[in-house]
Amino acid sequence: MKTTILTGVLGAGVLGLSAFGASAATLDDVKAKDFIQCGVSTGLAGFSAPDEKGDWSGLDVDVCRAVAAAVLGDASKVKYTALTAKERFTALQSGEIDMLSRNTTWTLSRDTALGFNFAGVNYYDGQGFMINAKNLPGVNSALQLSGASVCVQTGTTTELNLADYFRANKMEYNPVVFEKLEEVNAAYDSGRCDVYTTDQSGLYSIRLTLSAPDDHVVLPEIISKEPLGPAVRQGDDQWFDIVKWSLNAMIIAEELGITQANVEEMKSSDNPEIKRLLGTEADSSLAEDLGLEKEWVVNIIKGVGNYGESFERNVGQDSPLKISRGINQLWSKGGILYAPPIR
Amino acid sequence: MASQETLRDDGVGRASLLYDPKIRGIVYQIVVFAGLVLFVGWIVNNTIDNLRRANISSGYDFLGQRAGFDIAVSLIPFTSDSTYGQALLSGLINTILVAAVGILTATIVGFLVGIGRLSKNWLIARICTVYIEIFRNIPPLLVIFFWYLGVLSVLPLPRDSIELPFSSYLNSRGFFFPKAIWGEGAWLVPVALLAAIAMSWFVARRAHARQMATGQTFPVLWASVGLIVGLPLLALVVTGFPISFERPTLGTFNLTGGWTIKPEFIALYLALSFYTASFIAEIVRAGILGVSKGQTEASYALGLRNSQTLRLVIVPQAMRIVIPPLTNQYLNLTKNSSLAVAIGYPDLVAVGGTILNQTGQSIEVVAIWMMVYVGLSLSTSAFMNWFNARMALVER
Repeated sequence: MKTTILTGVLGAGVLGLSAFGASAATLDDVKAKDFIQCGVSTGLAGFSAPDEKGDWSGLDVDVCRAVAAAVLGDASKVKYTALTAKERFTALQSGEIDMLSRNTTWTLSRDTALGFNFAGVNYYDGQGFMINAKNLPGVNSALQLSGASVCVQTGTTTELNLADYFRANKMEYNPVVFEKLEEVNAAYDSGRCDVYTTDQSGLYSIRLTLSAPDDHVVLPEIISKEPLGPAVRQGDDQWFDIVKWSLNAMIIAEELGITQANVEEMKSSDNPEIKRLLGTEADSSLAEDLGLEKEWVVNIIKGVGNYGESFERNVGQDSPLKISRGINQLWSKGGILYAPPIR
Repeated sequence: MASQETLRDDGVGRASLLYDPKIRGIVYQIVVFAGLVLFVGWIVNNTIDNLRRANISSGYDFLGQRAGFDIAVSLIPFTSDSTYGQALLSGLINTILVAAVGILTATIVGFLVGIGRLSKNWLIARICTVYIEIFRNIPPLLVIFFWYLGVLSVLPLPRDSIELPFSSYLNSRGFFFPKAIWGEGAWLVPVALLAAIAMSWFVARRAHARQMATGQTFPVLWASVGLIVGLPLLALVVTGFPISFERPTLGTFNLTGGWTIKPEFIALYLALSFYTASFIAEIVRAGILGVSKGQTEASYALGLRNSQTLRLVIVPQAMRIVIPPLTNQYLNLTKNSSLAVAIGYPDLVAVGGTILNQTGQSIEVVAIWMMVYVGLSLSTSAFMNWFNARMALVER
């Protein structure tokens, strides 16, 4: 009996030694299990947050849904993994999730040392400060914050920008650092800190969850560039391409005026650009080269809508956040959203 | 396995060798050891391969890089220009700090409560029982949250601070108290304190020797208190009170100046102390009950009073039972301090977590965590083993 167990252990060891080289492509994995495992935040209204029924929605969630629609033809075939800022990278590195769409800033070191590829930018953000104006009358600039206690989430670019900003302006501060977003929110709401700092979009979103949202103001200063976007693991170029072009397709669809409502009509359009995008051009191998069905963009638009629709629904005028498009407007309308052409 | 098969096929003559328990034992040990080496080798190999395939850089070079973030509480000078290595060191010192003061407090509270639970006074015994049963049966994380969210976060904002004696203040940002600024000649005070401690020790030795020789007692305790309080005071008077105090004053955001103890530290310290003290109390009670009743009776028969019996007869014997499980509690407290991450106290795990996330060096950081906690635990154990050997019954 003992020998059998030992042989088993040894056998497993030898097998393991020889087997570790193999790894399936993410696309095949996803098709085989018929859903996408998507890493999102633990709850940031407008970007990724579950409703009372447990259904996730938000700008970041829509990127996951778009990829699911492109790959599996159904935007609802997504399973979500809620991750803290600290857990998110390990979850992607270890293969626990297929893609990370969690208001994550694209930086060089994350692209290189952490082994990720960022598939574009779905929200151009910048770091800001929020204070309780009722408790701190007379403070209307971040430059007046010397000596303040600042609540911040650990392991974010925010934490580093904060240190840089106060140092550069020769101000002092007391960092109060938490791992989970909810812990930071609770600490700020209870008055443990004077200042809350994170991406400005996040501040607007968090303000809605505070006990007295109207008492709090977001200061005008933006102290950093925070291009937020979906990320995938390095070493699987096909999957990287699919995520990248799913996001691009949403932006291009907005440029071309293709919406959830008119996508069926648009399929009969004569515009060659629209025909290429919606896969109605004869003998086109664009979708095939990406490893997807001809109808992939149609599925994205039907399931999620174009970028503008997603934006207004989740963070824009149709949402409680009421964030204006600002620089997240199309390049042709004064913003910096610019997707490479699909051809 | 093949070797054993051939052994079996070799014939009847060698069968005794196969069934020789000694040889069998050796063979099994070699096989298990080889299996273990292969298994560990496979894990290491697999990890290295996976890291390389995922293009994740590895190694400990990051320890020398600029950290770029700040740490709220640091006993060593730390700015965002310091390195990741210094950040870890700062976190480690914070862990040791909270563990050390926590162990001290838990021991004192634990001993008091443990003895109190055996008290003949009904009220004291019941209060101690209720305390033990409450804290022993709640997970430590909840105790931490209780102190942090339930007690400390409901304190008022800085401008409505609660005023305490000696220019101290308590508010939701922490406990503020005056900082002593040592003036000229103030060095005499600590010197006087050290001298007083040395003299107390000397007095205690002499008193003990005299009691052994003549049976006469000397009030060692009061003499020592007098020395330790009196000598530094005398030094102060002689040098003309060279110590001034920097009092905390209200600034725009908070009280500035003086010393501050942050609420995260207070919450963690109180939670760990009171949680662990409930276990220590039970250990102490077990230790005292473990001393035979005959010892108490013999002590009374000798004419010793109740307190003397406890101090001179019961506790020294109870200590032999108490110390080994006490070590466990000290280790638990040290390890539980890693729950600090939940309330943002920058201990080793919290700082390491930040580094892990900024650099992506998860395996390296986790390895450092494990090494440090093993190191801390082994040194605590070593100290307690030494202490235990000292306290052990010396048989003559």
